[in-house]
Amino acid sequence: MKNKRKYTWLDIGIIVLLFVLVFAADRFLPSYDIKAKVLQKGAVFALIAVSMNLLNGFTGLFSLGQAGFMLLGAYTYAIFTIPVADRVSVYKYYTTTAADGTTLGGLVQFTLPVFVAILLAGAVAALFAFLIGLPVLRLKSDYLAIATLGFAEILRALCQWKGLGVLTNGSNQLRMYPTFKGIMPYFLVSAVCIAIIALLIHSTYGRAFKAIRDDEVAAEAMGINLTKHKMISFVTSSFFAGIGGALFAMYQNTIQAKPFTTTLTYEILLIVVIGGIGSLSGSVIASFLYIACSEWWMRFLDTDGVIPGVTRNGFRLVVFSAVIMVIVLFFRRGIMGDKEFSTARIARFAASHKKNKKEAAK
Amino acid sequence: MNITIDHILAGISAGGQYALIAIGYTMVYGILRLINFAHGDVFMVAGLIMVYASASMPLYFSIPLVLLGTVLLGVLIERAAYRPLRSAPRMSVMISAIGVSYLLQNLALYITGGLPQVYPAIPWISDSVTILGATTKRVTLITPVLTILLVVVLVLLIRYTKIGMAMRAVSKDFETSQLMGIKINSVISTTFVIGSFLAAVGSLLYFSSYTSVVPTSGAMPGLKAFVAAVFGGIGSIPGAVVGAFIIGICENIIKANTELSIFSDAFTFALLILILCVKPTGLFGEKATDKV
Repeated sequence: MKNKRKYTWLDIGIIVLLFVLVFAADRFLPSYDIKAKVLQKGAVFALIAVSMNLLNGFTGLFSLGQAGFMLLGAYTYAIFTIPVADRVSVYKYYTTTAADGTTLGGLVQFTLPVFVAILLAGAVAALFAFLIGLPVLRLKSDYLAIATLGFAEILRALCQWKGLGVLTNGSNQLRMYPTFKGIMPYFLVSAVCIAIIALLIHSTYGRAFKAIRDDEVAAEAMGINLTKHKMISFVTSSFFAGIGGALFAMYQNTIQAKPFTTTLTYEILLIVVIGGIGSLSGSVIASFLYIACSEWWMRFLDTDGVIPGVTRNGFRLVVFSAVIMVIVLFFRRGIMGDKEFSTARIARFAASHKKNKKEAAK
Repeated sequence: MNITIDHILAGISAGGQYALIAIGYTMVYGILRLINFAHGDVFMVAGLIMVYASASMPLYFSIPLVLLGTVLLGVLIERAAYRPLRSAPRMSVMISAIGVSYLLQNLALYITGGLPQVYPAIPWISDSVTILGATTKRVTLITPVLTILLVVVLVLLIRYTKIGMAMRAVSKDFETSQLMGIKINSVISTTFVIGSFLAAVGSLLYFSSYTSVVPTSGAMPGLKAFVAAVFGGIGSIPGAVVGAFIIGICENIIKANTELSIFSDAFTFALLILILCVKPTGLFGEKATDKV
């Protein structure tokens, strides 16, 4: 028992250490540095990947709608935080005229504090998830995947529609909303959200989710309300995807509906797969690795002449997707499988390794 | 909003092209219970092969090359990405399909350098003709005819040949047909050959009327064709064809209205969700009862 507590403290120590490192990085890295960008984007994608893992890995609902919920979150955040004074220039194609004759940009004429807007971003995504979930969650596996994917596409079309232009600015950018400075805020928001998801997974709800994943019929027979729990998982996952979307909007500085395609969902899904379906820490690790590889470490493959005649723009992505295929085909369990990272596990692993060695020596 | 004969013609033509892709989806799904997400990208690669082949050789040589290349690609994908996962959970195979799709798109991006590739004009079928007062390319008229012809041949093949019988058996019950001595792997390969062949024909027709190929140009037609397959009842070939024509025509009618044209893609998915909620087996699908 005492040992267990020791390892818990070690785990907490590691997390604290990581945050100290982030703090240091914040102090010493200039904001345009690629490493700072990687850390920011990694933190955002970690949250989104974890939210997807909650659904795909822990509840066994194969949903491909994550980009749609990110889009909702990003738009909600941007719409409610662009300073009123700047709205006329942002919404220049969708101005309205007030009663006293002044020109107003867009429909919303007030701003919310940043953190309220972030929460609202999650809430809007969750509300839509609830409405979408009513019909869609009755579907199974691949039908669910294609239906959620379809909803994401519909949401994207809606955001680009001229009819909603006063709200969404049509197919034009939303910009000039406040963004986080530095790396730390991204990490803090992301870490708090991931911690909440982790607590949820360890609660009775989480156990019910896993039961549904492992065997729906058996779970139902054990008295788990399938509809209710699937809905809880779907709505929670979308809530955090919405928050992730808001963070993504901040990271990007400007937001447009166009990049929120299925390809974005696929990318997040691949992060989840690389990290291990059913492992939160795996998703976090994989997201930083993925972002670091795609934005930084493998950049050299895109420069002409590193390998003459081969490396040029786009080669990085080819190598990258080939590596992903290898992982999907041969290392199906990903980095962590369905285990979580903890010092206790490492200690156990080291101990058993030592024992094996000793036995081998005999 | 004025719907002209133009839009109807374009719709029928798009429907025919979707139908040719949809058959690939519906057959693979019928047998492997897998949404082959890479199928749309195979279709795109067929377009690119045509672009590069026609640049260096005459058409009577490059068209067969496109058909052959696409078939090889389809079979190769099945061999490399789906066969090793035959006994894995369905989710893994689907992820593998998504991975292949990602790989093909990135490969295309690398090879084309991200620039849209101009599709060669195929003489005769790219010529302009005037019908009922509307000017259109001849390919618009050929597409539905060719589609229906190919579908009839395919249905006959499935109904009256030995391999067709094997396919029907495998789609009915995977394990039992294996026990009956059907060589599952060759049946699956044949399915991919047929599916890819039709996708290649579809790509010849599709890109002839859209004139340029980009790495992502397979994704949307692919998804729409899949929706068509679900709409018509997955596993049913006539169903896929009817679904594809309905989707093609509706989509082009929506495109006619400039206000709503942004919803032309979204409409397809709305239709999908509607059909899944109301009649999940599709128009012509067989009712399957789930046994525990």
